[in-house]
Amino acid sequence: MKILVAIKQVPDTATQVKVGGDGKSIDTAGITWIVSPYDEYAVEEALRIKEKRGQGEVVAISLGPDRVREALRSCLAMGCDRAIHLNDAAWSAVDTLATARALAAVVTQEAPQLVLCGRQAIDDDMGAVTAQLAELLGWPCAYWIMEEAVDADGKTVRAARQVEGGLEVFDLPLPAVLAAQKGLNEPRYPTLKGIMGAKKKEIKDVKAADLGLGAEPAQLAVLGLEALPPRPPGRIIEGDVPSAVKELVRALREDAKAI
Amino acid sequence: MAGAFWCIVEDDRQGRPKKVMAEILGEAARLGGGPVEAVWLTDKASEAGLTQLGELGATRVWLLENAAYAPYRSEVWSAAVAELAARESPRAILGPVTSRQREFLARLAARLGVGLAADCVALAMDGDTLVATRPVYAGKLLARVAWARGPWVATLRPNVFRPADAQGGRTAAVERPSLAAPTAQMTLVERREEASTGLPELAEAEIVVSGGRGMKGPENYVILEDMARVIGAAVGASRAAVDAGWRPHRHQIGQTGRTISPKLYMGFGVSGAIQHLAGMRTSKVIVAVNKDPEAPIFKIADYGIVADLFEVVPQLTTELKKLMEK
Repeated sequence: MKILVAIKQVPDTATQVKVGGDGKSIDTAGITWIVSPYDEYAVEEALRIKEKRGQGEVVAISLGPDRVREALRSCLAMGCDRAIHLNDAAWSAVDTLATARALAAVVTQEAPQLVLCGRQAIDDDMGAVTAQLAELLGWPCAYWIMEEAVDADGKTVRAARQVEGGLEVFDLPLPAVLAAQKGLNEPRYPTLKGIMGAKKKEIKDVKAADLGLGAEPAQLAVLGLEALPPRPPGRIIEGDVPSAVKELVRALREDAKAI
Repeated sequence: MAGAFWCIVEDDRQGRPKKVMAEILGEAARLGGGPVEAVWLTDKASEAGLTQLGELGATRVWLLENAAYAPYRSEVWSAAVAELAARESPRAILGPVTSRQREFLARLAARLGVGLAADCVALAMDGDTLVATRPVYAGKLLARVAWARGPWVATLRPNVFRPADAQGGRTAAVERPSLAAPTAQMTLVERREEASTGLPELAEAEIVVSGGRGMKGPENYVILEDMARVIGAAVGASRAAVDAGWRPHRHQIGQTGRTISPKLYMGFGVSGAIQHLAGMRTSKVIVAVNKDPEAPIFKIADYGIVADLFEVVPQLTTELKKLMEK
């Protein structure tokens, strides 16, 4: 069974992101880049499916500039068999739909039985590519997956998705697209052997023209980025606990009108 | 004539729209870019629910009632709404940020070949176009975005937009359009309900109380739940508490959890790691209780108490109970 995992490289969660000189993108100086955390759950799950079945191939794919090779290399170190890097200036200002189109073109070429993605990339927080990819392929899709099981003959995946108030379990005929939620699994750390082995694995560079795609204008464009307005200075309520608590409740009621 | 602003109904699965719909309908009316209409996909609507949508300002309800629409499947919903949109040419399609609408509206946007702006916290008409403001990097920055063409598809964050006032006597025309029979590839096996705590959902709650590493263990969250019950709050947690296995991930606030904007956030034993602050700093009022006066959360708190949370919480619950009983 062939599984494709779509990942994104994002700034580490501890990054203090700043607006860049163009006012539309972030200042990337000094940023530590990581594989978006939700995508790691997707990679881990793909590897577990392959291990459980005792055969198959896991292909990591990502769209972005040269630095993204490093993120793909981490996926190979975790155990993915090979990687595809969508690396073209034509994709320098892609929105989720253009990303989904590029991914869909690769999926059509590669013909995997399952595509796994993370719930959302923690940079633009759009959480859209998984559903958009499913739509473009005409495949069923389940979001925010907390558990999954592919049946023995590889025809169906049973997936539990998180919704308000509980879990809903669905059978999806394969091929299908799933979006991983935190809690699905605990991603492994690459072993030294995995890291060494990753250096020999293939990362294929793919251009838009290879997929029959040209540059297309983004359907959603960023007009500008700005820092959040600073919050007004707060106050520390002094005094012993009983009087501080009383004063807090009074202030919440009378000054802030929050309760 | 400009096309309508469609508001996709989020319901309680019992035939009634959720409270957040007042915010979506209210914002659509405030924008004034076109008639406000509701689109409701459900297996069974209620008369009361239709009345409610009218009172909240929907001039028309597109009622798509079919057993195939519940539980929602994005493949089925997007086909239905795309078919209707092709006929009616709405100007905008808006919905609240919920697990299903985030997926569905993304899929619909792809089907329509238009842009999607998820988790918006402000919308404005700029001449003839819509401009949306949305947090990125879990709220560390704000992005202003615009669409190349319509319909403009967006999800709106709960608790941010001013709700419409229900006005008795306002009614919506109910249309039951005939659409192609739904076809679904995926089928429901079972639904596992969570044991109800009687507390609101984290994403929708107006008040959130949150516990961090300072809670010391999972058994201590009961004191936060007691307080939450008194004031109708949801209980959240920091990543440290979730990673320690004290609370389920759906309670996590921050960059790898929920990003929230309640009217009141109260953090107990939460230090305020950057990725947690990103997830709650747009709360209207922030209260922090922590033993450590250097905890970063105090930098963004409106009110802080430097003390042991195990002393503060029971007393605070008592005081809040007194206030609520007044």
